[in-house]
Amino acid sequence: MQILQLKETVAFMRYRKVAVIFSIILMAASILSLATNKLNFGLDFTGGTLIEIGFDESADLTKVRAIMDSNGFDDAVVQLYGSSRDVVIRLATREDVKAEMLGNQVLDILQAGTGQTIDMRRIEFVGASVGDELAEQGGLAMLTALICILVYVAFRFEWRFALGSVIALFHDVLLTLGLFSILQLQFDLTVLAAILAVIGYSLNDTIVVSDRIRENFRKVRVGTPEDVINISLTQTLSRTIITSITTLLVLAALFFKGGELIHGFATALLLGVFVGTYSSVYVASSVALALGISKEDLIPEVIEKEGADQEEMRP
Amino acid sequence: MVLFIVAVGALYASPNLYGEDPAVQISGLRGIEVNAATLDVVKSHLDEKKISYLSIVMEDGQILARFSNTEQQLRARDLLDDNIGDEYSVALNLTPATPEWLAGIGGTPMKLGLDLSGGVSFLMEVNMKEAIVKAQDSLVDDFRSGLRGEKIRYRSVKKVDDAVKIQFRNVEDLVSAETYLEKQNRDLLFFSDEDSLTISAKMTEQRLKETREYALQQNITIIRNRVNELGVAEPLVQRQGQKHIVIELPGVQDTAKAKEILNATATIEFRLVDTDGDLGAALNGRVPGSSELLKERNGQPVLLKKRVMLTGDHIVDAGSSFDEYSRPQVNITLDSAGGSKMSNGTKNSIGKPMATVFIEYKPTDRVDAEGNTIFEKIEEVISVATIQARLGKTFRITGAGSQAEAHNLALLLRAGALIAPIQIVEERTVGPTLGAENVQLGFQAIMLGFGLVFVFMLVYYRAFGVVANLALGANLVLIIGIMSMIPGATLTLPGMAGIVLTVGMAVDANVLIFERIREEIRAGKSMQQSIHQGYDAAFSTIIDANITTLIAALILFAIGTGPIKGFAVTLSIGIITSMFTAVIGTRTIVNAVWGGKRLDKLSI
Repeated sequence: MQILQLKETVAFMRYRKVAVIFSIILMAASILSLATNKLNFGLDFTGGTLIEIGFDESADLTKVRAIMDSNGFDDAVVQLYGSSRDVVIRLATREDVKAEMLGNQVLDILQAGTGQTIDMRRIEFVGASVGDELAEQGGLAMLTALICILVYVAFRFEWRFALGSVIALFHDVLLTLGLFSILQLQFDLTVLAAILAVIGYSLNDTIVVSDRIRENFRKVRVGTPEDVINISLTQTLSRTIITSITTLLVLAALFFKGGELIHGFATALLLGVFVGTYSSVYVASSVALALGISKEDLIPEVIEKEGADQEEMRP
Repeated sequence: MVLFIVAVGALYASPNLYGEDPAVQISGLRGIEVNAATLDVVKSHLDEKKISYLSIVMEDGQILARFSNTEQQLRARDLLDDNIGDEYSVALNLTPATPEWLAGIGGTPMKLGLDLSGGVSFLMEVNMKEAIVKAQDSLVDDFRSGLRGEKIRYRSVKKVDDAVKIQFRNVEDLVSAETYLEKQNRDLLFFSDEDSLTISAKMTEQRLKETREYALQQNITIIRNRVNELGVAEPLVQRQGQKHIVIELPGVQDTAKAKEILNATATIEFRLVDTDGDLGAALNGRVPGSSELLKERNGQPVLLKKRVMLTGDHIVDAGSSFDEYSRPQVNITLDSAGGSKMSNGTKNSIGKPMATVFIEYKPTDRVDAEGNTIFEKIEEVISVATIQARLGKTFRITGAGSQAEAHNLALLLRAGALIAPIQIVEERTVGPTLGAENVQLGFQAIMLGFGLVFVFMLVYYRAFGVVANLALGANLVLIIGIMSMIPGATLTLPGMAGIVLTVGMAVDANVLIFERIREEIRAGKSMQQSIHQGYDAAFSTIIDANITTLIAALILFAIGTGPIKGFAVTLSIGIITSMFTAVIGTRTIVNAVWGGKRLDKLSI
């Protein structure tokens, strides 16, 4: 079976100006949203307490809220989680209660208030200082990842490709974060992990394309750098699409079957894979081209050894 | 070769197919170890109540009794808990039911993370500021007594910000003090100012680092002790970074109690033994007014003076070593205030026995009128030793028994003087129902993801799709095999997501190869040539692409904790195994099936 049977080379790079403008608009929108809407940080980063409980039958949220209110927890956010029987209660850190005991206290209150047996499914408490440290560490991790990758690609390929792929990665991370901000999806630790995985995935794509561009610069004797890039993109297009399909398939499995805890993770990766596929075609190559990549940059210099022929005269 | 590796992977993955037996685990507390006698006691208790067990063994200093169902396990736990005494902790456990021959070659099932098995994990933070303050306090003490000892006169010794300031009356004193102090304290920085007649001493970076390190290590030791008392099977206490301690307690549901025990405080007191009092009379209730009756570890009663000679907060350090006759001993260092108290207290008591009392406040199940947990004060005499000479700032206790006991005594002594308080800064508790649900969800997601990719590859690449699918299956087996083999690797829910993601991305290598083969065929090359070229050309691309993904995964591993680390682990393992199965594995199959033949058509 074949999805694509391309006979002609697609002139991807002809549209690169459009793509660049498109990307810039999206990136600007992401930055704008991140600046105004910010990210909807989860408990991992903000600190606070989260209690997930399960009832035997459909949960009465009004009642749960009333119980929380009457016990002085009027700031509690009470929501259904996944099913009608699971309830999540979120609380900010409080002054008057020892923070680490809050979860147990709420559980006792609800147990007494509802008169039902409540199944404790999950308690999470994160101190405020831990959240700050995590946010710092997370940012640092992304930067380190980008720098390490920059160095590796520069070492294996060429600095123009390295810069191109890192800009592509930055583009992907920014757009994914932007989407999380615009849609106000919760940003927790698993999402951070997913974004690092997006970096890995998108890079995978970019490397495959760059590799082919390098190969073609060596092989194809005629044509401008733009032509060579177009040929390479066309050749790798079906692979790019198929890998995206298989990845999207498994992500769909995670999204629909993985449960609530993995939802944010799957969402971030789904968005990231879309963006990553686009960027590996357009962003990385456009940047490399704009930086003036040429045949000479990729063909290893042949150094003529002086006296090389004399070696053979040895007995 | 390929077959062999996959077979080994499958072998080590196989323990995961066997379930787990409910078990009860009995271990000794506070230096007491289980032995053959304990084993017999446990057996006789179980036999008496006719609780049948699958096996009872003693391994790694613990007794492990397996049962065929949880009902018997719970009955056994309650029975043993009531009957074998306080010196042992009885914990519920799930032991892998791996057949002996498999366990014999190191086969164990994967360790499940807390989000899958249920349980609680705490992150505790050591208050380093306090640790430094305490270290400075003891410096102030040291300077005072040191200068006094050298007969150098000073006006005052005070703590000012992050330095200790000494004020002198004249320059001569300042100069001689500086020479003396610098000689005594090489890990301090001294700045003298002759105009204001002051010397300020600061700890070097090295000294600060050591102080912090010591505070962290001490807290880890104490927490380990307390966690052992909790009666949890396979607890984990581990440092994380510069000032954090991770504690994982699988299976624990009552987190309130766990927290109280972790936050419990302990102290040490040195008191004289009342040798004049009549022990026999005291046992019958006639305790002298100035004394009280306490018990030793082994239950032996001791009559102690009520007056406390010294409290544990004066202990700076305690460690165990051997004396000149190679008998184990405990070395104790006090701060200077403690040293003079000790010296005064023992001056007139040479030849008399001195007791060390360990006092712990343990939370009980009872609560007071305001709903606060009532703490029970538990006093225990941990050592009685005869005072051989007037004691000072450093002294030693010999005759503490075995080396293990001396070591344990030293630990307890250190526990009496926590240098830096700790605090729970993060808690994650997962109930057993959610844990079981997570396992199921993760498993379903893996199966569904695997199935979808399987079908897609089959439809798209036909015969070669079958080859890729074989590789994919082998990859899954290898991931599980390696996860089971590495002792530290735990499977978490994000880890399962990592496996799913790997399944999707692992076929990428095959896609690359197959697309290349198709390209070569279109370019008019022969079938064999196309296969050859396809593998060759795709190889370096695959390596580059995977190494960069591996970089991202390793960074995630370095910064991540708990569940996230689990994701990084499965992703990294998956990347490595997929390179092997998708490149070398499929090549082997392709060569075996299509190699050496003249082909006119390829099913690709």
